[in-house]
Amino acid sequence: MTFSSKIVRKDFPIFERTIREGKRLVYLDSGATSQKPLSVIEAESNFYKFNNAAVHRGAHQLAEEATDAYEGAREIVAQFLGSPGGADEIIFTKSATESLNLLAYAMSNAPVGNRFALTSADRIVVTEMEHHANLIPWQQLSARSGAELAWFKVTPESRLDLSNINEVITANTKVVSVTHQSNVLGTINPLDAIVARAHEVGAVVILDACQSAPHMKIDVKELGVDFLAFSGHKALGPTGIGVLWGHMNLLDELPPFLFGGSMIETVTMTSATWAPVPQKFEAGVPNMAQAVGLGAALNYLTNLGMDNVHNHETVLAGYILERMLEIPDIRIVGPTDTHMRGATVSFTIKDIHPHDIGQYLDSQGVAVRTGHHCAWPLAKCMNVPATTRASLYVYNDEDDCDALVAAILGAQKYFGRF
Amino acid sequence: MELDSLYQEVILDHYKHPQHKGLSPTFSAQVSHVNTSCGDEIILNIILEDDVITSLTWEGQGCSISQASVSMMTDLLTGKSLEESETIVKSFSELMASKGTSAGDPEILEDAVVFAGVSKFPGRVKCSLLGWMAFKDASIQAQAQ
Repeated sequence: MTFSSKIVRKDFPIFERTIREGKRLVYLDSGATSQKPLSVIEAESNFYKFNNAAVHRGAHQLAEEATDAYEGAREIVAQFLGSPGGADEIIFTKSATESLNLLAYAMSNAPVGNRFALTSADRIVVTEMEHHANLIPWQQLSARSGAELAWFKVTPESRLDLSNINEVITANTKVVSVTHQSNVLGTINPLDAIVARAHEVGAVVILDACQSAPHMKIDVKELGVDFLAFSGHKALGPTGIGVLWGHMNLLDELPPFLFGGSMIETVTMTSATWAPVPQKFEAGVPNMAQAVGLGAALNYLTNLGMDNVHNHETVLAGYILERMLEIPDIRIVGPTDTHMRGATVSFTIKDIHPHDIGQYLDSQGVAVRTGHHCAWPLAKCMNVPATTRASLYVYNDEDDCDALVAAILGAQKYFGRF
Repeated sequence: MELDSLYQEVILDHYKHPQHKGLSPTFSAQVSHVNTSCGDEIILNIILEDDVITSLTWEGQGCSISQASVSMMTDLLTGKSLEESETIVKSFSELMASKGTSAGDPEILEDAVVFAGVSKFPGRVKCSLLGWMAFKDASIQAQAQ
């Protein structure tokens, strides 16, 4: 099927409404959260209407149906990521933030002798372009364990500086956690050298795929990483559902983080043993309707074809960059070509604060995000207090890019009159 | 246009020509505040003499609303007693919580009543209050000296 964002758009009820007194909604904030197609909204609400029951528990038909729907969603996620160990390697969390915290806290629980037990003799590696969700959990693990935190720097060209890879990923490195695509710069990070070096020293590689899994074909075997996290709501799915994938042998060795119902094998008054993966990491009644909604979202994306999605966004990125570079006094904070780059474009305009740009854009129906985008150290490194960010997705087209450019020019005129 | 109630001329004028910007070399207290959601920052110096605010100076970066608000606040509060400043801060806070339903008291707030327009934009109320929250903090610290 040929990809058409005009047709895709018809599947998203939100585009039937207007913004700020009848203006067309130009939604350019998918990096924060994506809009939802009707099939996802219906999958979530149909679960509540027809199948709602606590999974893995009740002795009744509804519980069976709910369990089938929930485990069916796990199967869809496994297919989507190319999980070599199938659905058992997929853990549902409430968010990608929780997935990453789960890893960091589970490592804290690792006893001496476990490969995940960190001490002051060890090192954790991140990058300077991490979202706070893939920085602070590791800062805190570093503080708890005494392990040293080190990071790859970002070049003025908005790329990871891997020139000193052997000095950053040292022989004592146990964990390397990196973002696949920067939520600010749009930069897609090359992983081959990082994965090779990390594995050479026996470290595990964790990939924050929040900004990549919704936008490109992901195959965890090809990427070579050991763990991967992404969130449902940025991938056309509901909020309240995130994914953690990991290799089974590693998930087996990793201790649990949250304790309670569903994650146990046996319990006495003084001790407990754990259920097999993935249940070991899913304490409590999970976000079932949201998992089912995520399954519908990934099916929707798969039907579009992830290669089509990626091609569409690469073409759009090229178009929007070209048009934006025509704007006087603009600075693109990120790569200005489409090589290894997604359709997320952050920018500043001379003499107009990003928040004021965002406000004017909103008055024209153009929805963007402003601020440091939960990546404060990166903003400091790029020497900008804040940026305005346009992030595009399957339902955006050239008209949306044109609307953004027109609105930025309008803002320059509006604020320039004083 | 609705946007014009937010970006009134007096606000943009203070943004372009900020008052009392540049920190005094001495101070009774110095505070630093940030707006965590957008990264706006302000450092505020206060000099208190016999319960009168004799100097309020600041440095910072941020959007037009946060910067104009600090600028106007320092104009308004310099030379006032602590007691007077409390009345003004209270009146401004109430105005910003009014969601566009209050016009503000020009007797108390003078030019700062233009922020009535800003109170209609929930996303910008925090911007307006950044400097005022810093002032509250600074005046408490200065009194504790």
